[in-house]
Amino acid sequence: MNAPQPVIDVRGLTKIFGDKTVVKGLDMRVNQGEIFGFLGPNGSGKTTFIRMLCGLLKPDAGSGTCLGFDIASQNDRIKPHIGYMTQRFSHYEDLTVRENLLFIGRIYGVPDLDRAVAACIERMSLGRYEHQLAGSLSGGWKQRLALSACTLHSPRLLLLDEPTAGVDPGARRDFWDEVHKLAATGVTALITTHYMDEAERCHRLAYIAYGDLLADGTAEELIAQAQLLTYAVSGPGLSPLGERLKELPGVDQVAVFGTNLHVSGRDGEALERSLAPFMAEPLTFRRIPTTLEEVFINLMQQGRKA
Amino acid sequence: MNASGVFSWRRFKAVVAKEFVQMRRDRLTFAMLVVMPLMQLVLFGYAINSDPRHLPTAVLSADNSIFSRSVTAAMRNSEYFDILRVVTTRAEAEDLLRTGTAQFVLTIPEDFGTKILRGEKPVLLLEADATDPSATSNAVGAFKEAVRRALDRDLAGAFGNLASSDMAVDLRIHAEYNPEAITQYNIVPGLMGTILTLTLVMITALAITRETERGTMENLLSTPVSPLEVMIGKILPYILVGYIQMTLIMLATRFLFNVPMHGSLVLIYSLSVLFIAANLTIGVTFSTLARNQLQALQMSIFFFMPSMLLTGFMFPFRGMPAWAQVVGSILPLTHYLRLVRGILLKGDGLEQSLTHVWPMALIWLAAVVLGTIFFRRTLD
Ligand SMILES: Nc1ncnc2c1ncn2[C@@H]1O[C@H](COP(=O)(O)OP(=O)(O)OP(=O)(O)O)[C@@H](O)[C@H]1O
Ligand SMILES: [Mg+2]
Repeated sequence: MNAPQPVIDVRGLTKIFGDKTVVKGLDMRVNQGEIFGFLGPNGSGKTTFIRMLCGLLKPDAGSGTCLGFDIASQNDRIKPHIGYMTQRFSHYEDLTVRENLLFIGRIYGVPDLDRAVAACIERMSLGRYEHQLAGSLSGGWKQRLALSACTLHSPRLLLLDEPTAGVDPGARRDFWDEVHKLAATGVTALITTHYMDEAERCHRLAYIAYGDLLADGTAEELIAQAQLLTYAVSGPGLSPLGERLKELPGVDQVAVFGTNLHVSGRDGEALERSLAPFMAEPLTFRRIPTTLEEVFINLMQQGRKA
Repeated sequence: MNASGVFSWRRFKAVVAKEFVQMRRDRLTFAMLVVMPLMQLVLFGYAINSDPRHLPTAVLSADNSIFSRSVTAAMRNSEYFDILRVVTTRAEAEDLLRTGTAQFVLTIPEDFGTKILRGEKPVLLLEADATDPSATSNAVGAFKEAVRRALDRDLAGAFGNLASSDMAVDLRIHAEYNPEAITQYNIVPGLMGTILTLTLVMITALAITRETERGTMENLLSTPVSPLEVMIGKILPYILVGYIQMTLIMLATRFLFNVPMHGSLVLIYSLSVLFIAANLTIGVTFSTLARNQLQALQMSIFFFMPSMLLTGFMFPFRGMPAWAQVVGSILPLTHYLRLVRGILLKGDGLEQSLTHVWPMALIWLAAVVLGTIFFRRTLD
């Protein structure tokens, strides 16, 4: 890959449902071969944004290109090269796994379909369920079927809406390995997720809250931008302690992590002033690097205030 | 893989194959599609009577006496007959009757007036297209009464001496095509069209809304598949269902109701494809408009009502007010009823049938165009 080419390049994308603006003037640029994580609280407009990209919804304002084609007028040119995995299972429950894959393959005109489907089933370990009706699969296996279906036609852009929701850790790891392999061959992926470990596996991230794009960059950039100071507290009685700390000035968020309490705030001095009275036996306070999770929760709180 | 566009044979085949598998899996619906027509056939297989007026009538007259004029005037006054035209040859009259332009042909013989005056009892012949006996029976009754009155009055006035209790003419009535005037002969072939209308419109009306409700539409719309491929692909498997229903009804018609079948079965089978396709496409068009399956169902029933009432199935077409006839003529069933009755009861051939075929083709085409226009390409 030489100079990075934008695969998604949109400006001011807006969607209004009734009197509610669900996506507000969103700008986004995703380069070829990038794995782009798209995060945000429930109902923030992620699914809506993806639907606008692949022509399922008409933007009320804004414009842009997807794979070099105009998203408003050249949908027909875009669709053959996209693999869209919907958030809600959207394959035929009254068809078997294999029949679903064959249908999708025929629609996209996958060459040598029988072999492609067999390979896909093998790769996703779907063999055991090949002849089972999709409707009778467990949630995780439905996800895997949907994933297989959206990669079957070797799309150039993957739009994956919570692809790993309800998938076990092993399968999630397999999935991410697969996505990275594809990305290495030049496939671009836009992935929404609520898992922090998955966010960390993306090349770049965007955070959207209630329609507004609040942050955009690599994980390190986002952490640096947030300028959060975080302390880990350990010792007895963490739960009531957390409740008390929350009320104090400078403390933006408190969360329990196993036997630790993470306390963070944007205003470092105020935070340290508030924590000082508690820094005594039996409690131990440690400054730790801020994680993405704290950054996102912080962004979400800001979004809510805005 | 760059074969995009309005229609791709490959994608179309994919949709058809998928629909066939889904249809096969949906056993209950399939069973209902087969059992329902038979039940309706038995339930509806009885006469529904009615009293249409202003039936088109042709007069074949070789007489210009006062009597022939008062006979036609009396017929007109009875309101049952509209004298369309006066023809001069037998061939013309027969043609009008066969094509259905005229429901009746009245033949007034030569020297009708003179013969009456001489007391020779001339024959006054009324031929009726009795394919639909409910349409003609009342008119025939009114005819006898009207002629008797008219002649009595004329004779009592000017020629008092000839007035008698006896009829001055010999009235003959020929019911063509269904001489015994058995209503079931008419109803049962009509039922075939009605049942096909109901089941076929309904089955496809549900087809696309079902995809929307189950969420599969979101996936389908993100693929390169085109509206036309989806629409026609969904219709094709159900054409087969339509034919299965048709066969069942035809068998019942023949063996349960003993309706005679004159025409060619090959003809009726091959021409029915248009009617079946038209109904299925109308159903698909409904489902592109409806937001959910309930709405789609309501629309089909909304469509079924006029199909029952305004097509000549329940009430004779010509007995309906003009506006209703206009509405009726844009419903495929109207033309199909004429086609089926024509073939089964009159033994119509291809040539006579074509007059009923092209309106169905037109309706089908219109439905395809509308469906493609209304098909929602987005989830908005
Ligand atoms: N078709 C629609 N009509 C009206 N409102 C809608 C429609 N689709 C989505 N919304 C609203 O738009 C907002 C954003 O929804 P969206 O599904 O895009 O959120 P999301 O970020 O994908 O959330 P989640 O993480 O829960 O999947 C929500 O408030 C939702 O209620
Ligand atoms: Mg979503």
